[in-house]
Amino acid sequence: MTSEVTQTAVTLADHLPVLQILVPFVAGPLTVLIGSRALAWPIAFAASAIATVIAFLLLMQVIDGSVISYHLGGWAPPLGIEYRVDAANAFVLLLVSGISTVVLAYARASVAAEIPKKQHTLFYTAYLLCLTGMLGVAVTGDAFNVFVFLEISSLATYVLIAQGSYRDKRALTAAFDYLIMGTIGATFFVIGIGLLYMATGTLNMADIAERIADQGSNRTVRTAFAFIIVGVGLKVAIYPLHLWLPNAYTFAPSAVTSFLAATATKVAIYVLLRFIFTVFQPGFAFEINTLVVIIIPFAILAMFAASFIAIFQTDLKRMLAYSSIAQIGYILLGIGLLTETGVTAAVAHLFNHGITKATLFMGVGAYVYRVNGSFYDRLEGMGRQMPWTSAAVVIGGLSLIGIPGTAGFVSKWMLVQAALELGWWPIALLIVASSLLAVVYVWRVIEVLYLKPPAADAVHVTDVPLSMLVPLWVMAFASIYFGFDTNLTLGASSVAANGLLGGSVLAAQ
Amino acid sequence: MLEEFTWAFIVGHINYWLFIVLMMTGLYIVVARSNLVKKLVGLNIFQVSVFMLYISMGKITGGTAPIFPIDMKVDPDVIYSNPLPHVLILTAIVVGIATTSLALALIVRIREEYNTIDEAGIFEVESAIARAENNIHGEAMGGRA
Repeated sequence: MTSEVTQTAVTLADHLPVLQILVPFVAGPLTVLIGSRALAWPIAFAASAIATVIAFLLLMQVIDGSVISYHLGGWAPPLGIEYRVDAANAFVLLLVSGISTVVLAYARASVAAEIPKKQHTLFYTAYLLCLTGMLGVAVTGDAFNVFVFLEISSLATYVLIAQGSYRDKRALTAAFDYLIMGTIGATFFVIGIGLLYMATGTLNMADIAERIADQGSNRTVRTAFAFIIVGVGLKVAIYPLHLWLPNAYTFAPSAVTSFLAATATKVAIYVLLRFIFTVFQPGFAFEINTLVVIIIPFAILAMFAASFIAIFQTDLKRMLAYSSIAQIGYILLGIGLLTETGVTAAVAHLFNHGITKATLFMGVGAYVYRVNGSFYDRLEGMGRQMPWTSAAVVIGGLSLIGIPGTAGFVSKWMLVQAALELGWWPIALLIVASSLLAVVYVWRVIEVLYLKPPAADAVHVTDVPLSMLVPLWVMAFASIYFGFDTNLTLGASSVAANGLLGGSVLAAQ
Repeated sequence: MLEEFTWAFIVGHINYWLFIVLMMTGLYIVVARSNLVKKLVGLNIFQVSVFMLYISMGKITGGTAPIFPIDMKVDPDVIYSNPLPHVLILTAIVVGIATTSLALALIVRIREEYNTIDEAGIFEVESAIARAENNIHGEAMGGRA
């Protein structure tokens, strides 16, 4: 089914998979070495833009279902490290690098307002390293490499979150809590990989999959599966493991929250997908039971519990953080359904929700820039004072609910279809019901922005500078565009789902 | 299943038993201690236990250090330990050091801002902030911050 392109790299184009990582990886330390505050942002932006172009070129190469296998340093797998690009990770690469570029364009003004000047150079370095880590996780085909890149991005993330301490000191404890939980998660993950290595004697994901298929499941493999699911689950913020997320998103600088909310959990979900479907065979009864009995109930619990909590928040940023946990529930539900439609819906929602949340958090950042806070009582009447920002936030909100004509609708519709395909109509109803909760919390925002008069003592403010407004609207426009033109998202998602499931017939029903 | 647990099995896997003991000890300290530095020490023990797991799995009974003789004439009868897990764990050690130093830096900053490194104290300060926020922003909206 898949034609594999294995060649000795001759031209620069053959090195695209490794350049994807190298460009931001080299640019990160470069900003420190040059040490110029004026150059830090241009370097970061250029590196991120180049990474986006590379990701786009890679996706175009693999969208037909082919696989690029790049041998790092010319060492052939399974001994050498392999970078393996197929539709699933090319899609994630494009999401991560694309959002990173748009957020960076926005970050310049936002970061200047929220972080003291002397930290700027190091901020962009940490940002680039975080980007490197996420791209690395997505591109690599080596299980241990995933751990290393995961830790590169996580360590950078802790630093980025702690930068919020200049506005609110609680960012420090949020970062510390995330560090503790993230490290426990990563260590669980590395224990899982160790057990896999014990059982199979290899670290190359494709190779592990082959050997597990040969020798069948055994206790070591099952234990590895459990450790990996819990470890990655902490990074994904699967419902009971989500405790780090609300504080981390609320207290991080706005630009960081926009970037992380749209990408960090998504990359972790990609790892989950890769391990569930490529490394472990989804045919194992043990795995099916885990997904159906554990993941699906928790996903549904997340959809409701987190949405309920979101309704009662008084801070827009914190509300959106809880809504993220609920949205992750939808993605996990799609994975748990274990059908091609379900996984397609999950991958599409991963992309669409990334765009939607980036729009919303960038909107929050714009309010923070003007009124120094995102509590609802400060945002009253903002619909008239900051019309462009507020309109973008409303578009993001509608996409969050899943109103037809927005990106959020397309993937939720797919998800409902996937549930109906299996005849699981109660789940389809639950998806619709939890969307109604989203209507409630988004309506509260619209009410605050447009229907409430500005507070009597409020200062009059105007819209944010264009350098923030344009990226915000790029994302808002994308939220609408991908609601109408579904070729790229659904097309790539279904190729990705097909590749992940390996065309195997699943007996999950 | 129980008949697997012979004396030889238990003693032969002593490294792995110790790995589990260390891992659970570390995890327990992370959860149970409220002093941030002690939490970090627990986290370190937890991470170190994994090093032990990896190093144990690379060891082959009767195997020697995987270093080629100086004349590069490798005797096919000599058994070498598997160096790969050992090399992997070097990477994990580096990651562990980075995590520890970053966490310590965060603790220093927390101490500067909160004047305490005890979770209970931090919780007190943070709930005072949250209460104040509630009074300003929450009551008008009927929700909680």
